[in-house]
Amino acid sequence: MDQEETRAKPALAAREVAKAFDGRQALDGIDFEVGAGEVVALIGPNGAGKTTLLSILAGISEPDSGKVEGDGVAWVPQQAALYRRLSVRENLMLFARLQHEAGQTDEDPQAMVDRMLELTGLTERADDQVGTLSGGNQQRINIAVGLMAGPSVLLLDEPSVGLDPAQRERLWGFILGLVGTGTAVAFSTHDIQEAERYAERISVVAEGERIFNGTADDLRREVESGGVGDLETSFLAFLRKHGH
Amino acid sequence: MRWLLLKDLQILRRSPLQLTLLVIYPIVIALLVGFAMTRGPEQTTVALYNAMPADESLGFGGEEVDGNEIRDQLCGRVDCIEANGTDDARKMVESGEATAAVIVPEDFGDKIRSLASLDPQPPEIQVVVNGSDAVESQVTDDRIDAMLGEANLLLAKRLSEAANRYLDLILKGGELDLFGQELEILGLQKSERILNKLEPKLPPGTDRDELARAARFAQLATQNLDLAGPLLTAITQPIKADKVEVGDDAPSLDTFAVGVTVAFALMFVTVLLVAGSLALEKEENAFTRLTAGLVTRGRILAAKVELGTVVGAAVALILLVGLGLFVGIAWERAPYWLLALVFAAAAFSAAGAALGAAAREVRAATLAAVMICLPVALLSLVPDDAVGSAVETMINVVSAIFPFRPALDAITGGLEISGASIWLSLLHLAALTGVYSVLARLALRRF
Repeated sequence: MDQEETRAKPALAAREVAKAFDGRQALDGIDFEVGAGEVVALIGPNGAGKTTLLSILAGISEPDSGKVEGDGVAWVPQQAALYRRLSVRENLMLFARLQHEAGQTDEDPQAMVDRMLELTGLTERADDQVGTLSGGNQQRINIAVGLMAGPSVLLLDEPSVGLDPAQRERLWGFILGLVGTGTAVAFSTHDIQEAERYAERISVVAEGERIFNGTADDLRREVESGGVGDLETSFLAFLRKHGH
Repeated sequence: MRWLLLKDLQILRRSPLQLTLLVIYPIVIALLVGFAMTRGPEQTTVALYNAMPADESLGFGGEEVDGNEIRDQLCGRVDCIEANGTDDARKMVESGEATAAVIVPEDFGDKIRSLASLDPQPPEIQVVVNGSDAVESQVTDDRIDAMLGEANLLLAKRLSEAANRYLDLILKGGELDLFGQELEILGLQKSERILNKLEPKLPPGTDRDELARAARFAQLATQNLDLAGPLLTAITQPIKADKVEVGDDAPSLDTFAVGVTVAFALMFVTVLLVAGSLALEKEENAFTRLTAGLVTRGRILAAKVELGTVVGAAVALILLVGLGLFVGIAWERAPYWLLALVFAAAAFSAAGAALGAAAREVRAATLAAVMICLPVALLSLVPDDAVGSAVETMINVVSAIFPFRPALDAITGGLEISGASIWLSLLHLAALTGVYSVLARLALRRF
């Protein structure tokens, strides 16, 4: 299956998804899709519905209406969902055993832990407590847990928040390595430069609706002639143009 | 579920403070309570100054009360130290060397003797206490009251014995030593017999009638004074208690104390551990990941209840074994009290899970656990008869919906065969485990 064929059929797609909380419409009939091996950035103002959309795509929340199609989806929360008092190995072993027990993978838990330690480059720190690691390393383990069952789609909620530029670069090196193996990645972020740098496609969400879907250059062209200039400026101008 | 339990035990092991507390806490509590249960209350030190002349006799009515005997009575319940005078005794109290002083005045012996005369004057002793500490002052007052009670009892007994002997002499006659001279007392009984014997020998008329009247008086006096002896004896101990216990056998005080100690420790350790541990899942963001297809909320809840049951029962067991070094524990009843510990730990765990699920934050869960557990447990210890019926009903309802009282009943029942029915308490605990688990599961829906 070549690249064009995998893009033709999305690895994960949401159609007309709606969700309300206490009378407030968080998502209002939104569409979203990500193809195999594709990296999509989800950007928008605070409260736009990005995290809600990711949690519905991950199967953690149920939509009020609409449908989600796609298998093998792994979700990585914004903050490391790890036990700080357990070591790196113990955290990985716990989730490997639970995934094995839940039938999500046939791989031996010990072999899976060794593989993840190698993948994250944290073998030497396997016995360190997670709480003693840097934010970047914690996020790598956080993502590694999400990758254990060999997902076809990886959903990342603001993966680089709180990381310094060096940590962010290492983290993205790790994520793009996964993309190279065919894993689709969708991530939310407030960092427009990060979206432009790592994502092939950008979806802008505001007040529960997708108001833009395309490349960074497409977004520039929406507000400027020639499609050049600072993306963050173009993004803000785009939001103003659409009344946000 | 075993992996979740293993994970929680690993986390517990990683917290040296928590682990140390879990081991040290029951041992320290066992030592404290054990020592408290096996050692009597500290004796109060009382300064004693006796101003009576050293050679003075405390005899009255033929009865001798030894001065040392009164001193022994006074000092039976306290540690007495001798003072050299009234001022010395006061200084001892002021300096804290003695918590009170008892001063026996110079005229004490005279007043004791006057008790057997027609002009009795109550003997008085002076008591000096330090009023700077309200609680200690109250305790000292109680001790002094007890001392005086003992001494008064002795005097009353001796007075009664002296009065009885006089009455006996009047009634039956005999020898009376008066100012060194032996006097023979005829006695009413003999007087009556003599008068009755003389009456028929007199011619009818006024003298015979007078004699008959004197004989009737002697008879009447004999009959009535016969009752005076028991009456005087009764005055020395006016009320006698004949204790009869009805209803279910209550556990002994020792067993109750052990039960309360273990139930309190079990409650705090288990409720705090489970409430905090469940709230920690939320704080570490792990709950959402776990429930995203890995395990159900029900399994997480079950693992927490299992954790609390295992750790809580282990802590309670350490505490019980520690207490067993000081007070008698019925080891042969181990299957019963072990069962009680496990059921109680499960009920407290479920209650802790409900609190943790409702609070969702470790600090809030911990605070809620302390604020709920402590007052409810203390309320459960209020005796039924100590409050009105409406408050009693309220307390019983509160006690029934929290695991402390059934846990206490089950533990004391398990420790002592005479305790309340353990099976009913175990059933109660099992029901509470179920109810709190359901509440916790409902709370986890919005966790």
